[in-house]
Amino acid sequence: MLVARGLSKDYSSGDRPLTVLHSVSFEIPRGSYVSIVGPSGSGKTTLLGLLAGLDTPTRGTIELDGTDIGTLDEDQRAALRGEKVGFVFQSFQLIPTLTALENVQVPLELRGDASPAEAAARAQTLLERVGLHGRGHHFPTQLSGGEQQRVALARAFVNAPAILFADEPTGNLDGATGGRIVDLIEELNRERGTTVVLVTHDAVLAARTQRTIRLADGHVVEDVAHTPVTV
Amino acid sequence: MSGRPASAARPPGLRAATLARLAWRESRTARRRLALYMSSIALGVAALVAIDSFAGNVTRSIREQSRALLGGDLQMSSRAVFPPLVDSLLDSLAVAGTRHARITSFASMALANSTGNTRLVQVRAVSEGYPFYGTIGTIPAGTWSEAHGDRPVVYVDPSLLVSLDAQVGDSMRLGQQMFTIIGALDNVPGDAGITAVIGPRVFVSAKWLAAMGLLQFGSRAEYDVVMRLPDGANGTRAGTVLARALRRRVDPRNADRGAEEDTRDRAAGALGGGERLDDSIAVDSVTGLAAPIPTRVRVRTVADTERDFTEAVARLADFLSVIGLIALLLGGIGVASGIHAFVVSKIDTVAVLRCLGASSKQVLALYVLQAFVMGLAGAAAGTALGVAIQFALPGLVAEFLPLDVSPMLEWRAIALGLAIGVWVALVFALRPLLALRRVSPLQALRRATDENALPSQWKDPARIAVDVLLVASVIGIAIARTGAVLDGLAVSAGITVAVLVLWAASTVLVRAARGSVRASWPFAVRQGIANLYRPANQTRAVTLALGFGAFLLSTVYLVQSNLLTRFQIADSAAAGNLLFFDVQDDQVRALDSLVSAVGPIVERTPIVTMRLAGINGDNVQRLLRDTVVDRAGWTLRREYRSSYRDSLSPSEKLVQGEWTADAEAREARRGPDGPYEVSIESGLADDLKVALGDTLIWDVQGVRVRSVVTSVREVNWARFETNFFAVFAPEALRAAPQQFVLIANIADQTTLAEVQRDVVRRFPNVSSLDLSVIRNTIGSIVDRVTVAIRFLGVFCLAIGVPVLFSAVAATRRARLREGVLLRTLGASRAMVQRVLFTEYAALGVLGAFTGMVLAFGGAWALMRWVFEGTFVPAWGAAAAIIAAMVTLTVGIGLLTSRDVHRETPMAVLRDA
Repeated sequence: MLVARGLSKDYSSGDRPLTVLHSVSFEIPRGSYVSIVGPSGSGKTTLLGLLAGLDTPTRGTIELDGTDIGTLDEDQRAALRGEKVGFVFQSFQLIPTLTALENVQVPLELRGDASPAEAAARAQTLLERVGLHGRGHHFPTQLSGGEQQRVALARAFVNAPAILFADEPTGNLDGATGGRIVDLIEELNRERGTTVVLVTHDAVLAARTQRTIRLADGHVVEDVAHTPVTV
Repeated sequence: MSGRPASAARPPGLRAATLARLAWRESRTARRRLALYMSSIALGVAALVAIDSFAGNVTRSIREQSRALLGGDLQMSSRAVFPPLVDSLLDSLAVAGTRHARITSFASMALANSTGNTRLVQVRAVSEGYPFYGTIGTIPAGTWSEAHGDRPVVYVDPSLLVSLDAQVGDSMRLGQQMFTIIGALDNVPGDAGITAVIGPRVFVSAKWLAAMGLLQFGSRAEYDVVMRLPDGANGTRAGTVLARALRRRVDPRNADRGAEEDTRDRAAGALGGGERLDDSIAVDSVTGLAAPIPTRVRVRTVADTERDFTEAVARLADFLSVIGLIALLLGGIGVASGIHAFVVSKIDTVAVLRCLGASSKQVLALYVLQAFVMGLAGAAAGTALGVAIQFALPGLVAEFLPLDVSPMLEWRAIALGLAIGVWVALVFALRPLLALRRVSPLQALRRATDENALPSQWKDPARIAVDVLLVASVIGIAIARTGAVLDGLAVSAGITVAVLVLWAASTVLVRAARGSVRASWPFAVRQGIANLYRPANQTRAVTLALGFGAFLLSTVYLVQSNLLTRFQIADSAAAGNLLFFDVQDDQVRALDSLVSAVGPIVERTPIVTMRLAGINGDNVQRLLRDTVVDRAGWTLRREYRSSYRDSLSPSEKLVQGEWTADAEAREARRGPDGPYEVSIESGLADDLKVALGDTLIWDVQGVRVRSVVTSVREVNWARFETNFFAVFAPEALRAAPQQFVLIANIADQTTLAEVQRDVVRRFPNVSSLDLSVIRNTIGSIVDRVTVAIRFLGVFCLAIGVPVLFSAVAATRRARLREGVLLRTLGASRAMVQRVLFTEYAALGVLGAFTGMVLAFGGAWALMRWVFEGTFVPAWGAAAAIIAAMVTLTVGIGLLTSRDVHRETPMAVLRDA
C-alpha cells in the first residue's frame, strides 16, 4: 500500500542545510494500522507530510497504492490525495465558514463525481456514523473539540480513502474524548479496510496499533509489529 | 514502482455549479469584509457613471433643443451694425420664404420709476418672430404675446425686480423711454440662468430702440439675426448649405474655418468657464465708435451649435473623469491590499482544501469567483450611487446650463461603469489572489508564518502576466477616458510617478526607522517605530494608500484656493465702490461735480478706442494672411479700448522692459517724431507675437499713432479695476477722442443709490455700477464653485477611507497577534495602544507628507499649464490636511486593532 525508500528531507536553516529525516525506509501493507512515534522534533510530522504527498522528499521515493508520488506534480498529487487519502489533524482543520455537513461534502465536491444531492446524502450518513446526528448544520465554532474531530473523521472517510493519515488526532482533546475518537478510527479501519497511519507521541495510543515505527533525530530507531492493546 | 499516473484516474473535477456553491458558502463570514474592500472602487465607478450619464443627458438635450438654443435654424452675429450687404441678403432670403428676427444686445441703466432705484442691465431688443424655436417663459405666463404691441413693455429677470424693489406692473425707464414691466422672465432658450447674475436681462421689442436713444451714443452692442428656413426645407442640411453660401458672402476670410472656433469660447463660457470676468462686467464694454475696418459677421447653424456644445460637454466630462479614473485606480490599490489581507486569512482553509484534493486552479477559481461577485457588488453599488448623483446634478447646475436637462438612465454609461469597475476590481484582486496557488497543503500540518506560507516568486509567469495586464489596463482605461492617446499616457505617467515617489518614500522610511531606533527610547515608541520595518510591516501599503489619498485631496484644495485667490476682490479702502462708464468727454466735468459733492472720485480713467493698423511696417491685412508667424486672429481684428497714464495700477506687474513715469524723460527719449511708448499686456504680447522694441501702428479713429513697445505687463484681470491690453504714455492719446470711467467712493448706501438715480436722469447714456453688487455676485459665484470643489475634496477623502481600511487590514492579523503577545507578557492595554499609536502616527505623517509634496507638484503643474496662473502655496490648508490625514490613519489603525483588547490572550494563542 505504502512504500518508503531512502526518504531524506533537508531544510535550509539560515545558511546551512538541516537534515530532519535520514534515509527512512519501510513498507506498510494494505489494511494495516500503524503508528509513528517519537519525541518532539524527531521528524514525525515531516515524515507524515512526505508519505501523504503534502511535501516532496529531498532524496528517496514514496509509492502510494502503486503510484510513485515523486513523478507527480503538485496538482496531480492533490488529485491523488482527493482520491485515495484521508486526513485527520491535531487542530481539526475544519473550514470555519462551512457547516459540519458542508465540511464533510467538500472532498466529494472537489472530485465532482457525485451530484449535490448524493454528496449531501453520503455526508449525512457519515455524520450519523460518527454520532453527530442532527448537528450537520452547525458551524465548527458551535461544536466542541471532540465533535469537531468527529466531523474531521467523517470528512476523511467520505471519499472512502485507501489510507488515512492522522496527525496527533487526540492532541487537542481530553482523555475520554480522545479515546472515543481513536475507537472510531479503529472501527472505520476494520469496517472499510482502510490503512491507518497514526502519528503520535502518546505511548498508550501507539500501543493500540498493530505496528510502531519509532523515530529519533530523523532516524528510524525501531520498527516493531505488536498485538494491539485495547483499552 | 508501477503506478498509473494519477491524472488518468482524475474524476470529472469540480463542476461550475458546485464551484459557485462552494464559493458562496465559503465566503459566508468574509462577505462583509470583502464588500468593504470592494467598496474602494464604488466611488470611482460612481464618479465615472455620474459624469458619463450626465454628459449623455446633456448631449441628448442639446440634440433635442439645438434649434431653441440658437433661436432659429441659422444665426448671423456681429459686434457692430451689420453691413448693408447683410440687410440685402436677408431681404432676398425673405422673398424666398426664410424669415428672420433681429436681436440687439447692449448694457444700459434701468431706473425704476416707483422707487428710483437703478441697476445696470443687459438689454435685448428683439424683433417680431424671435424666438423661432422654443418659447420665452414669463411670469405671469403667456404675456410674451404682448411684447410687440403698441404699449412699451419690458420683461425682466426676477433678480432685477428684487434689486430695483419693483413689481410686475411698475414703470421702468431705459434711456429716454418709459416702459411697463409686464412680466418676469422664467425661461429663455439658449441662455444659462447664471448670465442673469452678472447683469439682469431685460427683453424689449426692437421697435423701441430708437425711442430709448441709447445706441446713438455708440454703446457697445452685439447684433444678431436668427433665421427660420421655410417649412418643409430639410432643416439641418438646408441650414448648412445656406450657411456656407452666406459665409462666402459675408465672411469670406473665414468661410473655410467655419464657426467652430468662434463659438468654442461662447460654449465654454456658457458652461461656466472661459470668458474673462472683465469682459462680463462692463469695464471693457466702454463704448467704441463706428469701426473703420468692417467687423466680422459670423454665421452659425444649428449643427454648429450642437457640435460646439457637445464638444464642450465632452471636454468637460473628459477632464472630470480623470478624477474618477484616479479614484478608481486608488480604489484598485485598496482592493489589492484588502484582498491581500483576505488571502492571508485564507491560508489555513486553502491548505486544508489542498489536502482534500483541490488543485491550485480550483482554489484560485474559488476565490476569483468570490472576488468577482464582490467586485460586481462594489461596482453595482457605485453605479447606483453614480445614477443617484446624475439625477441630482441637473438641479445643482441648472443655472449654469443654457438648456433644460432632463435626467434619464444612460444604459451605455451604466454598462461601461459596471464593466470598468468589475475589471479594475478583478485585475487588482488577481495579483494577491495568485499567491493562493502557492499555499502548500503542508500548512495544514505545520503552519508557517503568513509571509512564508505565501511564497512569492518574481519569475512566476502568471504573476508577470497579471502585472502586464494591470499596467495595460491602467493605460488603456486612461486613454479611453481622456479620449486621447497622449493625454492617457500622460495621466498614466503621472500616476506612475506618484506611485514611485510614494514607494520610494516608504522605502526611505523603512530604512530610516531601522537605523534610528535607540535603546534609550521608551518601549512603546521603540516598538511602534520598529513595526515599520519588521517583517510583515504595512509601511508600503499604508503609505501608498494614504499618500495617494492625501495627494488627490490636497491637489484639489490647493488648486481651489489658488483659483479662488485670483477672484479675490480687493477690498482696500482706497478703491471706490461706484463706477461710472460711457462718460463722454463733454460730460466729465458736469458728472465730476455732481458726484464729488457726495464723495471723493478716486479714479478718472480715459479710454480711447482704436484698432491695430500694423506692426513693424506690415499692415494688418498682410499680417492676417501671414502664415509664417502664427498670430492669434483676435489680436489683429479686435477693437482695443486703451488708456494712458504715468504709473502702473495695483493690479499690474512689470515683467519686461521699463516704465518711465517721468514725462520729460519720455519726451527726451522720443525726440520730435519718434513713436510713443506703449506697454503691452503679457498675454497679448504672446498672442500678437510682439516683443520689446517692436513698433505698433494704431488707427485711433482715423488718426495713425505710432508706438514702440517699451514694457510688458502682467495684469490681474480678476481685480475690479480698469485694466487694459495697451497702456500708452499720456502724450500719445491726450488729444484723441475719448471717454472716461470714473470711480467714486461713496460711504453711504442711500447716497450711493441717490447719486446713481440722479446720474441716470441727467445722463441717460452713462452707466453706473455699484461695485458691492458685483462683489456680492462674484462672491456668490465663488461660493458655489467652492461648494463644488469642496464636494470633490470630500469625495476624494471618502475614497481614501475604505482604501486606508483595506491597507490597514492587510496586516491586522500580525498586529493582533503581536498586541496579544505583548499583553500576555504583561503589557497594559495603554502600552499596546501607545505602540500602535506610534506606528500609525508615523505612517500617517509619512503618507500625508509625501502626498502633500506630490500635491504641491501636481497643483503647481495644473496652475501653470492648465489654468495658466501662478501657484501660491496654501500652507495653512496643507497643515490642516496633514493633521486630518494623520488623525484618520491613527483612528482607523486603532479601530481595526480594537480586537487586541477584546480577545483574551488565550484565544489568540490557541488559534495560533
